[in-house]
Amino acid sequence: MMNLLSTRHAARQRSYAWMVLVAYILFLMLPLYWLLMMSFKTNQEILSTFSLWPQEFTLQNYVTILSDSSWYSGYINSMMYVVMNTLISLVVALPAAYAFSRYRFLGDKHLFFWLLTNRMAPPAVFVLPFFQLYSAFGLIDTHIAVALAHCLFNVPLAVWILEGFMSSVPREIDETAYIDGYSFPRFFTKIFTPLIAPGIGVAAFFCFMFSWVELLIARTLTVTDAKPISAIMTRTVSASGLDWGVLAAAGMLTVIPGALVIYFVRNHIAKGFALGRV
Amino acid sequence: MDLSWMAWTTPTAIFFVVILCLMLSMWVWELISPGGQPRRGILRFETTRGDRLFVTLLGSAFINLAWLALVGPNLWWALAVCGLFGVLVFVFV
Amino acid sequence: MKSWNNKAWFLVLPMLLLVAFSAIIPLMTVVNYSVQDSFGNNEFYWVGLEWFKEVLESERFHNALMRNLLFSAIILLIEIPLGIAIALAMPRRGWGVSVCLVLMALPLLIPWNVVGTIWQVFARVDIGLLGYTLTQLGFDYNYTQDVVDAWITLIVMDVWHWTSLVVLLCYSGLVSIPQAYYQAARIDGASRWAVFRYIQLPKMRRVLVIAVLLRFMDSFMIYTEPFVVTGGGPGNATTFLSIDLVQMAIGQFDLGPAAAMSLIYFLIILLVSWVFYTVMTQQDADSAPGRGQS
Repeated sequence: MMNLLSTRHAARQRSYAWMVLVAYILFLMLPLYWLLMMSFKTNQEILSTFSLWPQEFTLQNYVTILSDSSWYSGYINSMMYVVMNTLISLVVALPAAYAFSRYRFLGDKHLFFWLLTNRMAPPAVFVLPFFQLYSAFGLIDTHIAVALAHCLFNVPLAVWILEGFMSSVPREIDETAYIDGYSFPRFFTKIFTPLIAPGIGVAAFFCFMFSWVELLIARTLTVTDAKPISAIMTRTVSASGLDWGVLAAAGMLTVIPGALVIYFVRNHIAKGFALGRV
Repeated sequence: MDLSWMAWTTPTAIFFVVILCLMLSMWVWELISPGGQPRRGILRFETTRGDRLFVTLLGSAFINLAWLALVGPNLWWALAVCGLFGVLVFVFV
Repeated sequence: MKSWNNKAWFLVLPMLLLVAFSAIIPLMTVVNYSVQDSFGNNEFYWVGLEWFKEVLESERFHNALMRNLLFSAIILLIEIPLGIAIALAMPRRGWGVSVCLVLMALPLLIPWNVVGTIWQVFARVDIGLLGYTLTQLGFDYNYTQDVVDAWITLIVMDVWHWTSLVVLLCYSGLVSIPQAYYQAARIDGASRWAVFRYIQLPKMRRVLVIAVLLRFMDSFMIYTEPFVVTGGGPGNATTFLSIDLVQMAIGQFDLGPAAAMSLIYFLIILLVSWVFYTVMTQQDADSAPGRGQS
């Protein structure tokens, strides 16, 4: 936009803009760089010398994590409940979002607001009753318990995002399909779902993201069998006398899945954050 | 299934039943005589009947809390204030 | 216009049941706990509104609430203008866009306790880059001892973690402005400020409301990051409502007071999100008919 203003003044602004941008990205990357470098150092080196990069490069920290099942099972557990949660959220959110985007019905706006309040409710409020509720059903320490609990904030989010994407599909498409004799389920799966595929991708990404980053509920509902990696990290840190290198490596490994999935949705991520309403 | 952990008491049960009844009666009211288009009241934004019920309930919660903090634990008068507040909301907002 | 069809309730029903299971049963339980005292073993005694009174009058609650409000206010004052500035600085096309978007979104996808760990390590005076450098430069910096340092660390961490969200939202608002607007502005000889004030800001208003809403809510219920970095200390200086609540409910198992506090906390959140939601939908109603289009 500013390159349209082809004056010298604008050119100077442009270079200021670059400086701001580069400074901000440097600020974002520095802590991550530090974590990455720490994960390649030995614990001794971290504690004894201060250096910007590892003096003795080692992969031992990663080996420790990837060869010990009490460590790497945390990643598997996290992945399992995150994937379950994403699937459940999408399956129930798709028809609901369709209803919100196509029809008016009694109480629709209030229902929508109620969904918003669930996204806004502090997890701390729900932690204890969740524990009691899932104990009553005998689900403590299972993946499905965490997956269901995370639905509290992921289903509303998925409904919003999908509703935004669905509203941009013209209503005439539905009407034409019904006139052509499509039943609702067939229309929904054969015609409509492919049309909003990017929206489903973004919604899945956001469910993945918020389930992946949440710790409080996941930690409360699990004991050992379904313990997420982030909870294992906190426990091991306090028990094993602070092995900083391993801690950094474990942290680094939790960053990677996020970095991978961002790449696929980079062009839609903002629309998703705006709940599909940009 | 054991539900004792939910620790139900008669007053809280009545509380939830009353709220449920309020919502059901709003539904019946809407069926008998539809409220139609939202309107703009003294707060300068559009509200429907449901919105007004919500404002009443949320406002009542805060009135009760304020009464408890400033006046004392006898909330019957606070409830009376809430009733008045509700009527005002339904008429003017 | 959307057609009026009450059968749409059947499409919403599965979602409703699932969320109600996760939201309403726990909420009812919290209400039940808030009027009773418990000595474990699911034995409860009616105490009426005792806990509400206690929480409303307790210093501990007031202080935690004030800390939360102060933290949210500072966060909004820093992150919203910074986010707008960076969104304006971002390139509109070319390879730079993808690089910026991916790098900026990275902090958003790091588990919250890992964010805490990263900053805890980064800010330590003995092994952290930030803490070490500051100490070498002669600053008396120690976030585990000094209240101001702890607050600064948490605020910088939150800016690091969440400013990108504001940037992404503003950016998506900016790219939706047609080039014709800028051309018209150039022909009129509009200043840079006028372009921002009359073209870019109105277009961003909608996403900015969402940004403020999300940032306020998430900073108001912040738990994991400060818990990992400072543990609520030094003293109680960074004990926010959520931290206090979890400590009370799980640490001390004071179900009654914790439940009463939860409800008051929840009512505040309900009020604020209702105000935001009303503002948001009102904008939609004022600017264009129908939701979800722009």
